[in-house]
Amino acid sequence: MTSTAGPGLRATARLLGLASTGLGVAMLRDPHGVARLVGVDDSAAAVPVVTAVGARELLPALPLLAGRPGWAWVRVAGDAVDLTLMGRALTDRRGDRFRRLRTATVAVAGIALLDVVTAVRSARSHGTGPAAALPGTAPWESAIDVSAATTVNKPAAEVYGYWRDLEQLPTFMAHVREIRTLDGGERSHWVAEAPWRRTVEWDAEVVEDRPDRLIRWRSLPGADIANTGAVEFRPAPGDRGTEVRVRLTYAQPGGRVGKVVAKLFGEDPEQQVRDDLARFKQVLETGQVVRSEGSPEGPLAGRLLRQRPAHPLP
Amino acid sequence: MLATQWMGTEHLEVNEVPDPRILNDRDAIIRITSTAICGSDLHLYDGYIPTMEKGDIIGHEFMGEVVEVGRGVGNLRVGDRVVVPFTIACGACLQCQRQLYSTCENSNPNHRIAEKLMGHSPAGLFGYSHMMGGYPGGQAQYARVPFADVGPIKVDDDLADEQVLFLSDIFPTGYMGADMCDIQPGDVVAVWGAGPVGQFAVASAKMLGAERVIAIDRFDHRLDKARQAGATDVLDYEQVTVLEALQELTAGRGPDACIDAVGMEAHSPLGVLDAYDRVKQDLRLETERPHALREAILACRNGGVVSVIGVYGGLMDKFPIGSVMNRSLIIRTGQTHVQRYTKPLLERIRNGDIDPGFVITHTLPLTDAPEAYRLFRDEKDECNKVVLKP
Repeated sequence: MTSTAGPGLRATARLLGLASTGLGVAMLRDPHGVARLVGVDDSAAAVPVVTAVGARELLPALPLLAGRPGWAWVRVAGDAVDLTLMGRALTDRRGDRFRRLRTATVAVAGIALLDVVTAVRSARSHGTGPAAALPGTAPWESAIDVSAATTVNKPAAEVYGYWRDLEQLPTFMAHVREIRTLDGGERSHWVAEAPWRRTVEWDAEVVEDRPDRLIRWRSLPGADIANTGAVEFRPAPGDRGTEVRVRLTYAQPGGRVGKVVAKLFGEDPEQQVRDDLARFKQVLETGQVVRSEGSPEGPLAGRLLRQRPAHPLP
Repeated sequence: MLATQWMGTEHLEVNEVPDPRILNDRDAIIRITSTAICGSDLHLYDGYIPTMEKGDIIGHEFMGEVVEVGRGVGNLRVGDRVVVPFTIACGACLQCQRQLYSTCENSNPNHRIAEKLMGHSPAGLFGYSHMMGGYPGGQAQYARVPFADVGPIKVDDDLADEQVLFLSDIFPTGYMGADMCDIQPGDVVAVWGAGPVGQFAVASAKMLGAERVIAIDRFDHRLDKARQAGATDVLDYEQVTVLEALQELTAGRGPDACIDAVGMEAHSPLGVLDAYDRVKQDLRLETERPHALREAILACRNGGVVSVIGVYGGLMDKFPIGSVMNRSLIIRTGQTHVQRYTKPLLERIRNGDIDPGFVITHTLPLTDAPEAYRLFRDEKDECNKVVLKP
């Protein structure tokens, strides 16, 4: 599962999310009406079944609306159940009810096809972010793979040098509280903030270090969250500073569900990396993170939704 | 300290708030001696700028005395008298090195909000919404000035506040409007909007060698000020049809350069068009009422420059791109790169080329800010420019 599904796929996911919401709400609010429309209102089981199906429709609606195509799998499973039920119902309906049920079945089959295509494509989608070309090294099945890029108006040697001194990273990485280097800088101990006020810790090692070009690292066994990262430095065209591309991969606590929930609380991992890079640029170019009274922490996604008024803090 | 706080549309209060503190090594704290209300502050007052929060301190034209400096500010000392540019710029990013200070890449911590609306973010501004950084403004007794080693310009004691205060915004803004016109000897320049910025644009166009400068407005007292600033002709758009009058004045060529010093809340004498844009703006279907810009484009001579210094916030309707494209017009625009102009314009003030104080009509205590905004917005008492004394 990657966080970088293409825009077309995300749009389809949102469309399916809308369909799920519409169907779910209609079924829960007026199960009798839906049963009549579909032509199964002659069965005693129709109303409870339609209500249950409506509740199930709502389950993947929110993540799909958020553009997460992987949730189409939930719809695919639901479609299989629905088509089975409808197929069985078709065998003992006649006349007008048969025609209505047949139309509904064809419609469900059509949406099911879109669900299957979306779900399969989501499984195949690969990172398309700015640093997608960097090697991914994560061996985990459920991982978050995020990337971001910025241009820093300093020579590559200086930009690389700042990053290579790992203990400085918490200056601009908002969620990393502390990094201690061990063994002369090859290994390091990381303490980071996780959602819901938890902290997570891990030891990491540098696995590739090409001065002024690239640093790649990964967590060692026993990490609270297994992760890998790579940062690439490249002179910008025309000698206009250094292009910095970061790619991070980490096993997500709570898997995909945890990620969707975290995103609802403003902890989108992609946004975190982009904010970190904005602060990195500020630190290298201006010396410090740039703060305003409205955003005292500097660039921070969570703060955008909860701005302090622009007057001095007491 | 006392500060002017935005509490909602058409609702300002002067309240006691905490004093500002140094947040960054390159900050300075200024005790404000003079601060002015800008025409663009009226867009905040009227509620047309998104991402304002209740309690925001507004105001971006201010000057005063340095009372505290951060460790990273080497060029200022406590007691220095400075004027502060309204654009906040780091001086180190590529845009600052290109002297495009109002597009500084580092000074807006809320750049993500602006990026959603504009693609990329401009610089942070004092007292001008959270999309522009969430910085408190200068209609207050004190202000924190970030990147104090880049922005503020020191002024000597023999120059009065009233002579140098407008280096913070409107003089450089009017000057940049004329500078972008690339004025050649013999050029005719037309300026839409004869408020203080338009008046400085008129004066600057004359200083830069324009042969004729035409000011367009509907208020006699503003047109009088424009004449005082050097306008050779004035047009009252409620009395004449502007496009026809400009054709007449330029014998059919159109002005060589047209400056829009009006921005998003333009008025139109054509009732239907005015109503159309007002309805769309009130429904937030467009953020602008762009009559002045549309007219400036249609009026400009083939291949001429349309220079936009009036403030726009987002999206507009019925933009005459066909006229721009087919007639080889050049559009130049931007929030003012104030830091680029403060030194040369301070020189012009010192040389006696101009005394910017001519725009001031009212000087009031800071505590009268809410009344001053009403006076200015509603054109009462021939109000042209208000200076507040904290």
